[in-house]
Amino acid sequence: MRHSSFKQMPLLLRFIVKQDRIRTPIWLIGLVLFTLLVPIAFADLYPEQAERDLMAETMKNPAMTAMVGPGDLAHYTIGAMTAHQMLLLTAVVVGFMNIFLVIRHTRTDEEEGRMELIRSLPVGRLAAIGAILIYMLFVNVVLAGLTGAGLYALQIESMGLQGSFLYGVALGAVGMVFATLATLFAQLTESARAATGLSIAILLTFYLMRAIGDVSMETLSYISPLRWLTDVKAYAGNDWQPIAWLLILAGILGAIAAYLHAIRDLEAGFFPSRPGRKHATTFLENPIGLALRLQRTGWIAWAVGMLLIGLSYGSVLGDLESFFSGNEMLEQILPEHAGYSLTEQFISMLMMVMSLIAAIPPLMAVLRLYGEEKKDRVAQLMNRPISRKYLLGSYVLLAIMNGWVMLSLSIIGLWSAGITVTAGGLEFWSMYGAAMVYYPAIIAMIGLAVFLIGFIPGGNIIVWLYLFYSFFVLYLGGLFQFPEWLGKLTPFGYIPQLPMDQMEWLPMIALLGIALFLMVAGFQGYRRRDLQSH
Amino acid sequence: MMSVLEMKQVTKRFGNFQALKGLDIQMGEGEVYGFIGPNGAGKSTAIRMMLGLIKATSGTIKVFGKDAWSQSVAIHERVAYVPGDVSLWPNLTGGEVIDLFSKLRGNDSRQRRQELLDRFALDPSKKCRTYSKGNRQKVALVAAFASNADFFILDEPTSGLDPLMEQVFQSCVQDAKQAGKSVLLSSHILSEVERLCDRVGIIREGEIIETGTLQELRHLTRTNLLVETKQPLDDLSALSGVHDVHTEGNGLQFQVDTEELEKVMSHISKHGILRLESAPPTLEDLFMRHYEQAGGED
Ligand SMILES: Nc1ncnc2c1ncn2[C@@H]1O[C@H](COP(=O)(O)OP(=O)(O)O)[C@@H](O)[C@H]1O
Ligand SMILES: [Mg+2]
Repeated sequence: MRHSSFKQMPLLLRFIVKQDRIRTPIWLIGLVLFTLLVPIAFADLYPEQAERDLMAETMKNPAMTAMVGPGDLAHYTIGAMTAHQMLLLTAVVVGFMNIFLVIRHTRTDEEEGRMELIRSLPVGRLAAIGAILIYMLFVNVVLAGLTGAGLYALQIESMGLQGSFLYGVALGAVGMVFATLATLFAQLTESARAATGLSIAILLTFYLMRAIGDVSMETLSYISPLRWLTDVKAYAGNDWQPIAWLLILAGILGAIAAYLHAIRDLEAGFFPSRPGRKHATTFLENPIGLALRLQRTGWIAWAVGMLLIGLSYGSVLGDLESFFSGNEMLEQILPEHAGYSLTEQFISMLMMVMSLIAAIPPLMAVLRLYGEEKKDRVAQLMNRPISRKYLLGSYVLLAIMNGWVMLSLSIIGLWSAGITVTAGGLEFWSMYGAAMVYYPAIIAMIGLAVFLIGFIPGGNIIVWLYLFYSFFVLYLGGLFQFPEWLGKLTPFGYIPQLPMDQMEWLPMIALLGIALFLMVAGFQGYRRRDLQSH
Repeated sequence: MMSVLEMKQVTKRFGNFQALKGLDIQMGEGEVYGFIGPNGAGKSTAIRMMLGLIKATSGTIKVFGKDAWSQSVAIHERVAYVPGDVSLWPNLTGGEVIDLFSKLRGNDSRQRRQELLDRFALDPSKKCRTYSKGNRQKVALVAAFASNADFFILDEPTSGLDPLMEQVFQSCVQDAKQAGKSVLLSSHILSEVERLCDRVGIIREGEIIETGTLQELRHLTRTNLLVETKQPLDDLSALSGVHDVHTEGNGLQFQVDTEELEKVMSHISKHGILRLESAPPTLEDLFMRHYEQAGGED
C-alpha cells in the first residue's frame, strides 16, 4: 500500500478518541470493575478450599461446561474459579463492546453519509479504517492492562502476575478478534444494522459451537475462537499460545477488511442488497405492514437464532442425563429440590436464560419506532392520516407477538433436540408451560420500553441496562449468593420456576397489570410530545 | 489551457442497472460548468466518480491530469466538495465540524471562514443535531469556500437554502470564478445555473445529450411569453420562431425561439404592449426540443 493510503490517519484517530471520550471509558470501567469484583466476592464467599471443591463438584457436569466452558476443577483455587466461571462470559461482553464501537465508526458513518465528506478531503483511502483498528487496539490493550494489573493488585494467593496478565490479555485478544470481525462485516454489508446483527450472530455461533463442542464434539469446539480463549487456562497452567492464534486471526480478518475496503465503492457492500419493490403493496400502506416489512430481516434472523440456541442446549441434555445417573454425590449436594431430576432443574434454569434472551428481539422491535423517528421517517408517515396512537400501537402489537414467537421457538428447539438425545420424559406442553410463564415478564419489559418512548425518548439504554441487570442478578445471583431482594427488582425474579415451584398466578397478573399501566402511560406521553429528528 | 476534468467514455453499473452509459465531460481551468439533468440522471454518480469515491466500470476519469481513483488523495488536496444532502455528527457543533474539515485539508483561512460564517448567517456554536438541512449545507459550503481549493465540485448545493442564501451562494461562486478557480455545479433546475455557468452539459438517463455554452444551446431554448396588446396580434403565428400560439384570457400565450426573440419583441411592441409576462425555458422544454430536433433529423 502506498503511503498516501493512510494519509491523515492520526487526525482521524484523535477524532474518534474525542467522540468516544465518554462511551469507551464507561465500557472499560464497567468491564474492569466487574472483573475485579468477582474474585473478591469468591474469596469472601468461598474462603476454604473445601468449599471451593464442593463448588467444583457441582460444576462437573456437561450443562455447566456448556454454559461456562471447561475449567481446572481439580485445583479449584480462587483464580481457577474466576477464570472458569467468568472469562468466557466477560469475553462475550467484550465482544459486544468491540462490535458496537467498531460499527459506529465504520458502517454507521458511511451509511449516514458522513464518510463521504471525510473521504472527499485529502484523506487516504485506508485512513479511516486504519484509525478505527488502531483505536480498538488501543482500547483492548488498555482493557488487557487494567484487567491484568487490577487482578494482580488484589493480591489473592492463587492469582499470580502471569495468570492475571494472561487473563487480561486473553480478553483483549478476543476483543481484537471481534473488532476485526465487525470491521469485516462493515465492508460486506450495506447497513450498520446488518453489520451489527451479523457480527453478533457470529459471536453467538462461536459461543454455541464451543458449548456443543466442549460437551460432545471436540473438533467443533476448536473452530471457535472462544474455545481458544478458555484454552489459555489462566491461573491453571497459563498457556500463552492461544493468544498468538487469536492475534493471528485478528490480523487476518483486519487485513481482509482493509483490502475489501480499498477496492470497493463508498457506501456499497459485497452482499447483494435486494432491489426494493417499485410500488408499495397495499400491505405496506398500513403501519403494521410497514413496521413488519422494516423488521422482517431482523425477525427472521432472531427466529433462526432462538431456534439454534434452543437446539444447542437441547443437544446437551442427553449428556447431562447420562452424567447425572449414578452420581450420588451430586444428588446429595443439591437436595433442596428433591423429587426433581437435575435435568429438570437445569431446564428450569435454561428457561430463565432463554426468556431473557427472547426479550431482546421484541424490545428491539418496539424501540425501532424511536430509531425511525430519529431518521425523520415517522414525520413522513405522520403527514398521512395515521394517528400516533395507531402507529405506536402497531409497533407494540408486533413486539408482543415477536416475544411470543421467539420464546416459543427457543422451546421448540430445546424440546426437539432434547427428545432425540434423552431417554424420554420430556413432555412438550409442560416444558412449553415452564417457558411461557416468563412471557408476562417480557411483556412488562415491553411496557417499560413503551413508557420510555412516551416520556424519555432516547432513553433506550435504560431498558437494555435493566435487562442486563436482570440477567446478571438471576444468572449469577446463586453463585455470588446475592440477597434475594436484588432478584425481586426485576420482573423475571417473580416468575415461578416450573416444575419445581408451585404455579402462581398472582405475579403473572400483577406483571401484566404493570405492563398495561406503563403502556397506557407511554401512549399518553407519545401522543403529547414533539417528534424528534436528527 | 490545462484541463481540470476529463471524463472519457465513462460507464457505471450498479448490479444490472446501467447508471452511466459512456459519459464525456471536459472542463478547462477557470471554467464554471453547469451539470444539469433531472433527478436520477446520474449527476451524483458521475461526481462521486470524479472524487474517486466510487470506481468507474469502464472509461477514464482524470482530474488535474491525475487518475480519479488511484490518485484521489493528491487530487483532493486541490478539490472542495459539497454534496446535496449533508449529514454531520449530531454531537459536534458546526464550528467543530468546520475545524475538522480544515484540519483534514491541512490548510485553512480563519479569516475567510469567519467572513463566510457571517455571510451565510450560520451560528457555529450549535450542535449539528439542531441544524436544519439548509444549515447543514451551509456548514459544508463554509468549509468548502474557506479552503483554497482550485476546483469546487458542488452537487445540488442549494437544495435546502432559502432564496436569500442562494444569492450568497451565487456570490461565493462568482468570487471563486473571479479568483480563477474552476467550478462544477450540478442542478436539476436550468435557470439556477444559467446565471453562473460559462458552459453547461445536460445529462439524461446516464448520457450527456447536449453540451456547450448557453449561447450555443439557444437553439434548444424557447422563452414562454404571455402578452396583451392594444391592437390585435393576428399575424403572430406567421412569424418565424413563434410556436404554440393560443388565447389566454385577453392575451396570447406562445413560445419563441430564443434566437428570434428580438425580432418578435419588436414586432409585438408595434402593437402597443399592455401586459407582458415571460417565463424562462424549463429543463423539460429543453428536452422536448432536443428530441424534436433529433427526431427531425432522421
Ligand atoms: N448505489 C446504487 N445502487 C443502485 N443504483 C444506484 C446507486 N446509486 C445510484 N443509483 C441509481 O443511479 C441513477 C443515478 O443516480 P444519481 O447519480 O444519484 O442521480 P442524480 O444525482 O442525477 O439525481 C438513479 O437511477 C439511481 O437510482
Ligand atoms: Mg444527485
